[in-house]
Formats: sequence, C-alpha cells, structure tokens
Amino acid sequence: MQRSFIARNPSVLIFLSLLALFTLVVTVLSEGVGSGLISTSFIKTLGKTLCLCLIAVAMDLIWGFAGILSLGHFAFFGLGGYMIGMWLMYERTRLIVVDSLSQTEIPPTEAEVVDAIGTQIFGVVGSSEFPLIWGFADSLTLQLMLVVLVPGLLALVFGWLAFRSRVTGVYLSILTQAMTLALALYLFQNDSGLRGNNGLSGLQNLPGVTASQDLVSLWFLWASAFALGAGYLLAAWVVSGKFGSVIRGIRDNEARVRFLGYSVEAYKLAIFTLTACIAAIAGALYYPQAGIINPAEIAPIASIYLAVWVAIGGRGRLYGAVIGAAFVSLLSTWFTGGQAPDLPLGFYTVKWVDWWLVLLGLSFVAVTLFAPKGIGGLIDLIAQRASKKETGQ
Amino acid sequence: MSMLLEVSGVSVSFDGFKAINNLSFNIGSAELRAIIGPNGAGKTTFMDIVTGKTRPDEGRVIWGEKSVSLLKMSEAQIAQSGVGRKFQKPTVFEDQTVQENLLVALKKPRGWLAVLGYRPTVEDLGRVDALAEEIGLTDQLSRLAGELSHGQKQWLEIGMLLAQEPRLLLVDEPAAGMTVTERQHTTDILVEAAKTRAVVVVEHDMEFVRRLNCKVTVLHEGSVLAEGSLDHVTANQDVIDVYLGR
Amino acid sequence: MRHIYVAIWAFAALLISCVSLSAETADHPAIQPLLQEHQAVIAKSSRKTIGPAIDAIAGSGLPQAQKVLQVWAAKNMWMRKSDGVFFIGEKVEGKTYRLTDFDSGAVVGEFQKGDLKQLKPNSGIRALIGTALVQFQLSDPDPVARADALQSIARDPSADQLTPLRGSIASEADPALKAQKLRLERLLTIRFGASDAERISAIEDMAGDLGVDLRATLNPVLATTREAATTLPSANIAGVLIPGEGISRDEAYALLVANDLAPAQISSDDMRTALAAHIDGGRVADVPVAQLNDPAMRARAYASLAAEGKVPPLVSDADVAASLSAHVFYDRYLDPAAPVTEAAAKALKDIELKVGVNQALDLGLDALSLASIYFLAAIGLAITFGVMGVINMAHGEFIMMGAYTGYVVQQFVPDHTLSIILAIPLAFAVTFAAGVAMERLVIRHLYSRPLETLLATFGISIALQQLAKNIFGTQARPLTAPGWLDGAWVMNDVVSISYIRIAIFVLALIFLCVFLFIMKRTRLGLDTRAVTQNPGMAAQMGINPGRVNMLTFGLGSGIAGIAGVAIGLFAKVTSELGSDYIVQSFMTVVVGGVGNIWGTLAGAAMIGFLQKGIEWMNPSNTLAAQTYMIIFIIIFIQFRPRGIIALKGRAAGD
Repeated sequence: MQRSFIARNPSVLIFLSLLALFTLVVTVLSEGVGSGLISTSFIKTLGKTLCLCLIAVAMDLIWGFAGILSLGHFAFFGLGGYMIGMWLMYERTRLIVVDSLSQTEIPPTEAEVVDAIGTQIFGVVGSSEFPLIWGFADSLTLQLMLVVLVPGLLALVFGWLAFRSRVTGVYLSILTQAMTLALALYLFQNDSGLRGNNGLSGLQNLPGVTASQDLVSLWFLWASAFALGAGYLLAAWVVSGKFGSVIRGIRDNEARVRFLGYSVEAYKLAIFTLTACIAAIAGALYYPQAGIINPAEIAPIASIYLAVWVAIGGRGRLYGAVIGAAFVSLLSTWFTGGQAPDLPLGFYTVKWVDWWLVLLGLSFVAVTLFAPKGIGGLIDLIAQRASKKETGQ
Repeated sequence: MSMLLEVSGVSVSFDGFKAINNLSFNIGSAELRAIIGPNGAGKTTFMDIVTGKTRPDEGRVIWGEKSVSLLKMSEAQIAQSGVGRKFQKPTVFEDQTVQENLLVALKKPRGWLAVLGYRPTVEDLGRVDALAEEIGLTDQLSRLAGELSHGQKQWLEIGMLLAQEPRLLLVDEPAAGMTVTERQHTTDILVEAAKTRAVVVVEHDMEFVRRLNCKVTVLHEGSVLAEGSLDHVTANQDVIDVYLGR
Repeated sequence: MRHIYVAIWAFAALLISCVSLSAETADHPAIQPLLQEHQAVIAKSSRKTIGPAIDAIAGSGLPQAQKVLQVWAAKNMWMRKSDGVFFIGEKVEGKTYRLTDFDSGAVVGEFQKGDLKQLKPNSGIRALIGTALVQFQLSDPDPVARADALQSIARDPSADQLTPLRGSIASEADPALKAQKLRLERLLTIRFGASDAERISAIEDMAGDLGVDLRATLNPVLATTREAATTLPSANIAGVLIPGEGISRDEAYALLVANDLAPAQISSDDMRTALAAHIDGGRVADVPVAQLNDPAMRARAYASLAAEGKVPPLVSDADVAASLSAHVFYDRYLDPAAPVTEAAAKALKDIELKVGVNQALDLGLDALSLASIYFLAAIGLAITFGVMGVINMAHGEFIMMGAYTGYVVQQFVPDHTLSIILAIPLAFAVTFAAGVAMERLVIRHLYSRPLETLLATFGISIALQQLAKNIFGTQARPLTAPGWLDGAWVMNDVVSISYIRIAIFVLALIFLCVFLFIMKRTRLGLDTRAVTQNPGMAAQMGINPGRVNMLTFGLGSGIAGIAGVAIGLFAKVTSELGSDYIVQSFMTVVVGGVGNIWGTLAGAAMIGFLQKGIEWMNPSNTLAAQTYMIIFIIIFIQFRPRGIIALKGRAAGD
C-alpha cells in the first residue's frame, strides 16, 4: 500500500524530465555555450518565463488547491526582487565607487566609501543617506535570507489579520488587492528608501563577475529551472498527502473541515505564507534577469494577470499552472513585442500590439465560460481517453 | 448519571428576533436523544451554539467531566474536544475519494505541521476499512465522494464523524430524502453509535424518531416545550397545539 | 511708413487742440510759475535735492500737475535754454522738436534740439514722481484706474504711499473702492505708521481678520534675523536660543563662523585636500599614504602638519563647546518697536487659531466632496456587488465609458451646458445597454461561481480598456464643464469650494434619493429585494429572476456611466480613468457593508474623510496618505468584517 511519493505521482516525474530536457536543449542551442541558435535576450525571456511558472505554481497552490483567490501575490514576488536587488545594486555600486576612489591620492576611509555609494544610489531621489532597511545590503547571505523572510513575514502578518477575522471569498480577494496596491503606492514615494519610482536598476550585472551576459543568462536559466523543479516537487508533495486533503477540503467546504476539528485559519495561514515565500524566490530570480524592478511591477494588475494565467492553464493541476503561465506570458511577449504579423481585414488592419489585450480579455471570458478547467482540463480529458482505450483493449 | 453536556439559560437573538430563548438542555454520556419542533423552533441555532458557530447573548454551555465552558472555544477546538456535527445537507469532500474523506476525519493530530508530515499507517487504513464496513461503503472506498448517491453521502458523513471518535454527535435531519431501506440502515448506524457516545438527532420525520426509540425533546420558539418518551410528548396538549396539530 | 507718420502727427495735433480747448475753457491758474520757482532744482535733476520740487508740484492742487509729472517721468519734458521755461517736447523730424505749453496746451512752436535741454530724470527720481502720481491715480475719475492704483500699492507697499492714500479716502465715491482703500490704509499703517501707538491701534483694528493680505502684512513686521554675540544686546529680541535646543549645535557654530566669532571647523573633505597637498615621498608628515584610509591616522597626520604650521589647526569639540558657551544666540526682530511686534505676534496668533478652525471647515468640505465622488463611483458597484453578489471588475470601465460618452457628445454639441444635459441620459443609456449585454452574455452563467465572475469581468475590463485606447488614443481627452460651473464659492480667504464639487455633491444626493425611491417605491425595487432575499421563492411568486437581475445590473452600470460624466468633469478622461477608482470603490462597498445603500454612504464618508484627514496630517505626500488609508481599512475589516452596517444572523449566510 505504501508506495514512494514519486511513484504515486507519475506526472511529477514527467514534468521534471521535460523541464530537464528543455533546459538541456536550450543550453545546447544557446549563444553562451552552444550553437547560438537562441539569442541571449531570448534565453533571458525563457529564464524569466520559468520564474513566472514558479509563481504560477504558488498561485495554483493557494487558489487552485486552497481556494483562496489571492490578488496580491505579485507583492511577494516584487519584494523578493527588491531584496536581492538591494544587494546587487549595493555591491555593484560599491565596486565602482572603490575603483574610482582608489584613483585619488589619499586612500578613502570606510565612511567616505559608504557616503559615495549612498550618493550614487540615492542621488536620483535627492538623498545620500542610507535608509535603515539597507542595513544588511552589504551581505549577500543576509540579503538572501531576507528574500524569504520579508515577504514571508508580510504574508504572515497580513494573513493572520485577514484569516483571523474570517474574511473569505471575494472580500479576501479585494483585501489582498488592497495590500498590493498599498505596497506599490508606498514604494512609489521617494522617501520609501527604495528609490521611489526609479526602482532598482542594473541588476543584470553580477558584481565581481566578469563573465559575459551570454553566460550569466544561462546561469540564471539553470537556477530558474532548478527552482521551478524544486518548487514543483515541493508543491506536489504538499498537496499529495493529508495536508492536500485538508486544504482542498477548505476550498470545497470550509465549515466541514472546521467541524472536523481542523483550525482552518492556521492551515490557510500556512499555505498563504508558504506560497508567498515561493513567490518571493521566483521574484528574486526574475528581476536579475529583467535588470530592473520598480513599484509598477507590483501594481494590482500584475497579480490579476497571474490569476489569468492559472485559470487559462487550469487550476487545481500544478502542470496546468505552469502551462498557463508559460503559454500566456510567451504569447504576450510575442504579440506585444511587435513580432506578430499584422492581420489585414481589407477595411482595417489589425495591429496586434493594439489588439492583443482585447483578444486576451475576451479569450479569458471565453475560457471562464466554456472551459473552466483550462488547458490542463483538456490534457486530463485526453489522458482519460487514452487510459480508457488501453483498458478497453 | 453524569451529564456530558449542560446547556442552561441560553438566549440568542438576530436583529431583535429571539431564535433561542432561555433554553436549557442536558444530555448524558451514552444517550440517544431526538429533538423535534416546527420550523423556526431554534433547532439549527441550538446546534450552532453548541458547536461554536454562533455565540449566545447569555447563558452557559458546560462540557464534560471537567465542566469546561464551550463558549470560549473555537469551532475547531470544540470539535477536537469531542463534539461531532452532521449538517442537514450532506457535506463531504466531493472532489476526494471515500478513503481520503475518512482519512481526513480520523482522530489524529490536527496541527498543520503534523498533518504535513503525516502518511497513513497500516492501522489507519485498517481503521478506515472498518469504518467503511460499518457504514456500508466498503465497495466504494476508491470512488470520488461526489459520485455517491444522496444516501451514501449521508452515511459517509456519519462515517467521517465516527472516524473523529466524538463523545457527542449532533445529527441534523439525517433521513431527509432517503428511501425506506436507507432510513433503516441510518437508524441502525445511529443506534449502534449511541451505545458508546451521546447522539442528538434533529428530525422532522415522526416515523424515523419512533424507530430511534429514545427520549424526545420538543423545541418551540427557542425553548423546551416538553421532554420525555415519544408517546409522552405526543400526548402533551401544548405539543399537539403547536406542532402535531397542524 | 510715411503715411503712418503723418497719421500719428495728425492725431497728435488733434489731441493737442482738444487739450488746449479744454484748457482754455477751464480757467485755472498756471503751473509754469511754480515750475519756474523750482527751476534750478528741476534742471539739476538730482535725487537728493528734487524732493521739494516734486512735493510742490504734487501738492499744488492744480489740474495740470498730474500731466506735468507724467510728462516729466516719461522724459518728455524739455526746457528752453533761452528763458528756462518748461514745455512738453515732441520730435517732429531730424533735430526739430515741437514744444507745447503746459497751461494753455497751445503749440509754442518748433525749435532745434540745440536750443533745448531734455530733462532725463534717473530711476530714483522717476520712483519719487511715481509715488507722487499715486495720489492722482487714487483720485482718478476712472474707477478702473483707481482700482489699478490700489492693486499696485497692495502688491508693492511702501511708506510714502500712506499719505496720498489717506488723502484720497474722503473723496472716494465708490463704496467698494472706499472699503478697499480703508482696508489698505490700515494695512499700510501697520507696517509704516508714524508712531507705535498708531501702528498698534491699526493692528487691533484688524484683529481676527482672515484675509491673506493681513497675514502678509503682519509677517514682515515679525520678520527676525538670527544673530550671535558675546552678550545679549538691548534690541527687540524675539527669543534667546540655546544650542542643542532652539538651534542645533552645528547651526549655532556655523553662525559664529559666519560672523567671524570663531574659526571654521575642518571638514573631512578639507582635511583630505590638505593632506593630499602635503604628500611628501609617499608620506604625509610621518604617516604613509597607504594608511590614510583610517580616520585616526588621518587625524594624526593632520595634527602633525598643524604642529608644523602648514595647515590651520583642527578645531576640537572642546573648542566648539567653549565658543558656543561664550556666546549668546538669539532671534532679533527687524522692527525695533517692541510693543508693535508684541501686538502683531498676538494678533497673528489669534488669526492662526481662527485660520486653523476655518481650515478644518475647508478640509471638511473637501472631504465631503471626495466622499461624494467615492459614493458616486461606488453606488453602481454597491448595487451589483451588494444586491446581486456579483463582483464587477469592469465597473471602472463603465465609469470610463460614461466619461467618453460625455466627451463624444461635446464633439457634436459645442454648447457645454446643453451637451452635459444630453450626455447624462446618453451615458446612462450606453452603459445600461453594456451592462445588460454583459449580464446576459457572461454573468448569468456564473451566478454560482462568484470568484469566476470576478475573473471574467476582469477579462472584459482589460478588453474594454484596450478598446478605449485603440479608439480614443492614450492622451487625455477634455470633458469641459459648462461656464457656470467654473469658479468657486468663496466664504473667506481660507474656506472655499469649487462649484463642480458642489454639483457633484448635489448629484450624489440625487442618486441617493433616486436609488431609495427605486428600491422602496417601485415594482423593480420590490422584485429586486425579493430576488435578493430568496430567489427561489421569488420565482414561485411569478417574478422572473433573470429579468430582475438583468435590469438591476443594467441600473448599476447605468449609474456608473453617469458617475463617469461627473468624474470626467474634473478628472482627465483617459482609458485608465476607471481603474483609478475601482479599488477605492470596492473599499467603499466593503467598508460600508454589503447590501445596504446606507452602508455605502457611510463607507464613502469614512474613506473620504479619512483620506483627507491623513493628507492633512501629512500634506506633502498623497501617496503615503493612500497607503496609510488602505492599511487602516485592512485593520478596520478586522473589527467589522462585514462592514459598518452589517446584516446579522443567519440571513447573512456563511
């Protein structure tokens, strides 16, 4: 009766194999080490897409499995990005500053170096003082811990407040949306300590690394693929056991779970915080590839798109979330990047840059109405047919 | 006989409407009790109060040998201390198999960290099989609960409550929408369960109550109108006036 | 060119003849003798000696005096060298000038430039003449000229305007101008009054007045300068400052340095420059350059240099402390009259208190109008969300559609009043239709799945937004309010509210009444309430729930459209107009409590007042205000999860 976790979930193995294969193929075709068929900028796009798939997995956990439609997970994603961005920007600026100060006749004191870094980083917001929150920015280890700790703590506090007062359903969705809006508005201020709407930039340059972007982009692709694989495995493990039973129970019938003696609030808080941490890690890998992070990234709309990806991919299925995120975000890049050919209708030429969002919006309505299980549901259907055929034979 | 649950002087009102009015109610540790009463008599609200869903405006609800008050506990805590509740409509996890439903309900540590690392042992699975046997769903273990018939869902829910090993079982209209044979089976399950624990059944159907053959409490306008055997209460003029006479 | 020249010439001649005509009819004493009396001073044209001459002309009471002063200031006064008589000079051509007599206005004749001397008053004299002219302008027969003169005095008050101003009050006929003159006289007296008693009595006269001009007058009276000295001088001291309390130690020391009362401190930059200048063979003094990244080593090297006398010595903290304790620091009033500054300070304090009260009132009005806007934006949502339990993420886009409808109507109907009157029902019709279509096509199929309604309507929202962008472009479109809504209702210099905001408040009130009327008095309202409370039962009673839902949804959407017209009047109409309001609208409904119009009202009031209140506490930062407000709302939901006005009991469901 007791089989290993992987054996009971063959889809996990299939997914991990496909992910490994994908990474291998991309590596072989890359500019950095391979044939150069795939450009470095597209490698970055693929790496970023893997990060988006990871946050989609988190979204599927919280929405597809636990039934909590969070419209604020991009807040955690962005915070993760900010936390790693702080170190990247600090360390890179420090190297530049030390380099330029070493040209002077008198070697700089530590205070002078810090002052110069401060002026470099905060000059755009008319300041040169380091805010308190940058206290750990000089330590990669500490800042990496903050990547998980800060969003995790925010999720914990917000979740505790929200779940404790039994805010559910649509109300909770709106509340999470308010949370991300509040955070975005706060970060937009110049005195937020994170450079206001300028955000953190130059993140694609790893301090002290002389390797070319061709190579760096590959490292990040590998890291993103590894993180996605690990996140997927973790998510699959979490939902496969009794914990998965309980959170799906909460989704389908909260009162039943409660009267069975489970503290629904504690479970919600646990899964909310866990997914926030996964989202933060995804963000910490995404923004060094994007190169820049600013508060607009965590505006409420971003989190709604996240829900769109998961819904189109098919929620309640982890691979559905991955497919949805990859499919829609890549398609989006293709259409809005101007690569898609215009569609001449004779009387009017459809420019996809203008019409892609209209198409996305309407197709989203169509998916909700006609295919509530999304693309993942379609795959399930095909898999069922296939297995029926087998047993039939 | 020592009392398992003592409800005394409880009142609750919604927007001025008194759903429960100075209600007092006791039940012993191994007893089967039926509660009857017309619509709006406060039966469901009574269950809400005992299970912690509704907080009364006044009164006391005392539980167990240690005489703890249930009023300060959350629903989950009350359930963990041994109160099981069956809803009027069958509420099972339709998206999961019968086995998964029963496993979730098994009396095990309920904390999320413990549950995260939990994997069923051979004894647990054996216990689930035994429960399935008891509620007559042995053949259905691997089916999704959503695919079961209405009656089977009701039994599954009762089975889940039994898996919880409660000391008090609150059952809300278990026989509604069942065929005659299904009712018979339900009665058997309940009577069997009441041998080791307290069972309170809220029911409309007189025939079903008669078959339970137990003490009956009649509720009316949020308080107890009469109490005793079914024959005793049906002979009561007040009861005839407000309920049976209609 | 020549034609123009001739024309001007002719015109000038005409003018002069008119003047001469009037001069002849009015038989006034001549001004020339007076000018001759001061001939020497005028001809000398010196700032120092000219005073009596100008005073004599201005004070002569002759009607020609103003003309003389104007001509003089404009550098058009010429003196005939032969007899020293003054005339109005006018270039004819080349070096020929035509002279006109001041008194008769008659042309005296044409002269060569060599025979004449042009009087060129310098800027100092022109200023004196200008001041002298003020009294003429203040009594000018044209009220517009008088008002202009008052304005120019108020803009740039000076002491010498006081006397002419006072002189002009008695003869002022226009009551409004007279009041202005009286007020200005008091204000000028406060600043420039001859005696302290006069100034204090002026201050007391104006006590409690809220005018910005009074505060602008009092503030310079109370202007101070910060000084340091070894002992406190006997001057009009506003307050003594103790380093570290009223003034930071650094500021205090900088003040000493600026007044040469103490040597400047050596900053770390100065020190580095000094050290760099004295590098000698890889060492500074006896310290190797490589070790100079340590502040202690830098100090040592510098101290060695200082000991050798190569650099100024370091000012130690002890030196600073000694200098600070050896001096007093104080704010001194520029105005030496202590009783005046005292009275002014007291008056200003009283005024500030009153201003504070009025600002609170103003803030209240602002908050009220913000609340009305939120109420307008949220009421449609309250209907669809509250009454039907449907989340409409496209609600913001319905607001946007309403605003664009208003814009389109204005393209066809240029009259703004008429176009707004047309736009309101049209916007309602457009969004009503859109709402009904959306309900029929999408929402109807999702009643049992509220979260999915949210997502589907979000899809519609992004599609509509992009559609608007494709049609109208990304730049903001104007929706102009009719002229009679321009301007503001000004209660005093502090409290004012624009007419548009009043109109929006009135509109919000109308909506509230209409909504109450529909819900309480019409068949649709009755049906809606029935369907809300028990759809199954309502259907049994012969109510068609589908039709009721459709109409209710259309109503909510239509109201959003009208709100869009109203919001478009003061906000820019862009495709993002709706999304700017959607989160606040949701907040309003959630905070207020679902399913109750009074709840929406309470929610809008709370959010409006809260936002204004937070902005008031931190006026520089509206972003922070919004952040804090959202955090407050998240916490508020903790205590009232179902909003301010909540349904209780089993009816509320779970």
